[in-house]
Amino acid sequence: MAEAPTAQKTQKPIVPFLRLPENPSEQPYLAGTRCKTCGAVYLGARMACSKCFATEGLDEIKLSDKGELHVFSIVHQSAPGVPTPYVAAIVDLPEGVSVRCNIAGVEPDPKNLKFGMPVQMVTEAIRTDREGNDVIAFSFRPA
Amino acid sequence: MRDVAIVGVGMIKFGRYPEKTVPELAAQAALLALKDAGMDMKSVELMASGNLYQSNAMVGQRILQIIGQTGIPIINVSNACATGSTAFREAYFAVASGAYDVAMAIGSEQMGKMGLLGGGGMGGDPAYSTEGVLGSGLMPAVFGMAGVEHMRKYGTTQEQFAKVSVKNDKHSMHNPYSQYQTEVGLEDVLNARVVSWPNTLYMCCPTGDGAAAAIVCSMEKARQFTTKPIKVAASILTSDPWTQRDLTMPDINTLTRNAAKLAYEKAGLGPQDLDLVELHDCFATAEILHYENLGICGEGEAGRMVDEGATSIGGKIPVNASGGLLSKGHPLGATGVANVCEVVWHLRGEAGGRQVEGAKVGLAHVIGLGSACTIQVLEKV
Ligand SMILES: [Zn+2]
Repeated sequence: MAEAPTAQKTQKPIVPFLRLPENPSEQPYLAGTRCKTCGAVYLGARMACSKCFATEGLDEIKLSDKGELHVFSIVHQSAPGVPTPYVAAIVDLPEGVSVRCNIAGVEPDPKNLKFGMPVQMVTEAIRTDREGNDVIAFSFRPA
Repeated sequence: MRDVAIVGVGMIKFGRYPEKTVPELAAQAALLALKDAGMDMKSVELMASGNLYQSNAMVGQRILQIIGQTGIPIINVSNACATGSTAFREAYFAVASGAYDVAMAIGSEQMGKMGLLGGGGMGGDPAYSTEGVLGSGLMPAVFGMAGVEHMRKYGTTQEQFAKVSVKNDKHSMHNPYSQYQTEVGLEDVLNARVVSWPNTLYMCCPTGDGAAAAIVCSMEKARQFTTKPIKVAASILTSDPWTQRDLTMPDINTLTRNAAKLAYEKAGLGPQDLDLVELHDCFATAEILHYENLGICGEGEAGRMVDEGATSIGGKIPVNASGGLLSKGHPLGATGVANVCEVVWHLRGEAGGRQVEGAKVGLAHVIGLGSACTIQVLEKV
């Protein structure tokens, strides 16, 4: 993301592959890379394809904000400062890539989570960084 | 490549030794292995030292500064939880290649109470920490989800995972090297507090300190040192190949399957020939997955296998007779060498109350997340 040389506070994504368009009418999205040679899809940018080793034809694609719950765990004990319990999950996106995320909007109990259930990405400001910028994170919730 | 034999092993009881240094723990194990082989440091031509938390601190040299500075080449190894087993493989290859006749592998670790939940920070502004925000990259959740994937595929239950802990805790009762020697019931395991569902506290390996050592030698010279040489029939190391979810959800299954295939090919045998297995049960869920990954049962049969007691001592194929990582403990760098010690003791008939009777072939498996997998196939000669 290009930085304007001002002290103005802004929104910053928690990871580079979460894109926050400057135009407020556009929704945040996850950016991926698709290998033209073999079709493998990755989160974020790539130097080469780790499936077929191609170093060219690695095109950025906009990933879907809808996916399916692959698996989850209910985390009850974590590193200091991490609120528990919460649902940690792997979500499969239709492009053929998976995302590690929290599942929000459900009580953290296995009975509320169904394999393959449709989920939808949402974003929110979760923290303020040292420069005072809002840190934006994504999670998925039942669609 | 020539045949290689293990001629000496030794380990200290895993536990907590806050008053000792890492080289002191490792030196104890090294001296035990030397005594077991009836040799002194003068005979050792190369040493590979596995340690994770002090991987920048020349642990191998500091060990020899305690037990004998012979000026030999020392390789300090770090490879996540596969650190010790990778060190063993370095020692194996040093001898198999013909370059050296005798080599020693030592694995050591002092984890204190730091545990697997410590660290995690990549430096920089903590406002950008993803742990607990974008799911979890910590071991309990990673292996929780790996177990849940098995539930999804085959209907495996939390109770079946819990039975792994009951079994391994029971095995540990006969292992004097085990950090914990406490028998627990199924209800105790299931009612313990949840760490990362489906794994409860008793379904997670403890943190701790420990050290183990093994001495390898060319087969032709092995009988100079022991009447019971144990052949290293295969020593395999793999890293994670590309699979669709691996970069998001470490694919420990393909990782282990690739290593198992290579190990059986190299050793010229199959899973049906194994008499015992020491595998990487860092969490109870992991053990179930690896029954299938190592081919000791068919796809989807692992839950039933533990139900039937097939992997208990006295069963069809005893798994983790030592108590496994769940009870024996998992001082990271020591684990892969300790597994080799355990299999050697069984093949020599020296495993005491936990002896797998008549054992001739054993397999030791370790994975390090990130990812590395080692498999050693050991054979009575
Ligand atoms: Zn490709």
